[in-house]
Amino acid sequence: MKGGWFRVYAFGYLIFLYAPIILLPLFAFNDATIISFPLTGFTTRWFSAMFDNPPLHLAVKNSLLVAVTSSVVSTCLGIFAARATTRYNFPFKAGLMGLIMLPLVLPEIIVAVSLLVVLLGIGINLSLLTVIFGHVLICTPFAIAILSSAFQGLDRSLEEAAYDLGETAFSTFRLIILPLVMPGVISSLLIAFTISLDEFIIAFFLAGTETTLPIYIFSQFRFPKAVPVIMALGTILVCLSIILLTIAEIFRRRGIAKAGGKDTGGFL
Amino acid sequence: MPVPTMIEFRGVQKYYGDYHALRGINACIRAGEFFSLLGPSGCGKTTLLRTIAGFEGISDGMVLVDGKNMAGVPANQRPTNMVFQSYAIFPHLTVAENVGFGLRRARLPKDELARQVGAMLELVGLEGYGARAAHALSGGQRQRVALARALILKPKVLLLDEPLSALDKKMREQMQVELIKLQRQVGITFVLVTHDQEEALVMSDRIAVMFDGEIDQLDDPETLYRHPTSRRVANFIGTMNFMPAKVLSEDGGRIEVEAQGFGRLTLDAAQASGAPSPEGASIGFRPETLTILFDSQKAVDRDSMATIEEVVYYGDMTYYDARLDGMQSPVRISMRNVFGRPVLDIGARARVAWSPGALVLFR
Repeated sequence: MKGGWFRVYAFGYLIFLYAPIILLPLFAFNDATIISFPLTGFTTRWFSAMFDNPPLHLAVKNSLLVAVTSSVVSTCLGIFAARATTRYNFPFKAGLMGLIMLPLVLPEIIVAVSLLVVLLGIGINLSLLTVIFGHVLICTPFAIAILSSAFQGLDRSLEEAAYDLGETAFSTFRLIILPLVMPGVISSLLIAFTISLDEFIIAFFLAGTETTLPIYIFSQFRFPKAVPVIMALGTILVCLSIILLTIAEIFRRRGIAKAGGKDTGGFL
Repeated sequence: MPVPTMIEFRGVQKYYGDYHALRGINACIRAGEFFSLLGPSGCGKTTLLRTIAGFEGISDGMVLVDGKNMAGVPANQRPTNMVFQSYAIFPHLTVAENVGFGLRRARLPKDELARQVGAMLELVGLEGYGARAAHALSGGQRQRVALARALILKPKVLLLDEPLSALDKKMREQMQVELIKLQRQVGITFVLVTHDQEEALVMSDRIAVMFDGEIDQLDDPETLYRHPTSRRVANFIGTMNFMPAKVLSEDGGRIEVEAQGFGRLTLDAAQASGAPSPEGASIGFRPETLTILFDSQKAVDRDSMATIEEVVYYGDMTYYDARLDGMQSPVRISMRNVFGRPVLDIGARARVAWSPGALVLFR
């Protein structure tokens, strides 16, 4: 039976996809240093171990700084680009947009290496700032994709109507356009934040002596003793990512409904 | 006393790149009239409307509103307001917030704002709808909100861009009547853009018929219908029959014509329209100017025998394609189905009455 085999395939696929992630909390609460079955008992000490760990705190602080900054910057750039592409026509528009969206599919390690070469070449010291720079580069295409769908649903005569009723171009943007694309803006901020928070390769190449959370996790994996703590940390990160992406998607859909458009894209 | 002019176009030209969208528009719209810009899609009527609103710049010429040149005056400072084809109701605001939007800058006290918004909602028949979310309204209600929102600023001119095209037939006919009443009530100059000739005839005091970026004819509905000055205006508004004709002689006020099916006719010079066409002259007449006579009836003026070639029954009306003896092709005749009058069959012979005075000569 065709449908039966398809079901087996779909089920196997989901197991392959999610089994490792389900193992994460399993070992995070397991009372043993070694990651192996059988489970020996329940504990929360790996979670409490995180609270007494200054290097981890520094990594979290750095990551939050990088993630917040790059999500704000890439969302702003995304607003400009989405507005420009949905409202104006200019020469080489399609080609230009293709180039902006390219980092989405470019191998990240290539982006990271070439950025490193360029930054070192022009003599810029590696720091969190360079990580932010790299993250803006990879987050902006996502922001543009989300915001374009928000701006596309916007009827042009809404702007004209506000302008016709005496508002200026700026107050029209503030009173009409911004509230209507706000769900898209929030969705873009959250997704860019999530991407930046767990991004490893670019951070690894461009951070210099600084540590972000993914770099910290990678470095800790050398010590078997630290692995259960990483499992606990990973559990928190997975939960956080799922929550943020869900909120982002809810806002994106609400935005489309608000502007009266049809759902045409999105990542979830 | 002459009616003052509200809007004046002086040689308005508009180019989009190489495309010549408006080719020298000269027209005056009177204060307080219901004026329509009528034409097929792409004729420039919406572009012309948007030059009044200030959404479209002009390449040459001048647009005057209430005697003032609008060059350099941005849309948000013009004494005009617009009802958009899509209504452009702000979906994130309530009905009252939409209607009061234009008064935001006036910074009125709260109760005064509420009073004015309430009065406007009453005017358009939406009392009590103020607190509703705008995105939850029906098409007809959106239309009313759009009207109230545009009228609250008491503009000198209200611009309406195909405001009824999104409504169904029943709703559209109802809104036509309401718009006429509303216009009389507020006394503001209305400029309507439409491609629907019936809508224009029903609603307007005067109509400008546009083709290819030019105004072909500007007249009141009756003149436009009875004396179209060109074949394309005649074709666009209602149905017009054409029969080949030959001008035999012209002297003073009389024109001697030989027309297929009608024979030799003497027409008044006022019945002649337009510039000579290379296709040659023809006689034009509306379907209701011919009457199919029944047994006992007598023609008032002239009559001819005809053969019925097609019958289209509409309930209140019947349309016949009838060929008058001597004609090479049939003409359309419309008859009201009054009580006791039978509907003729295809192939029937009938006597058709007509009057030379109802004919239009296109040279």
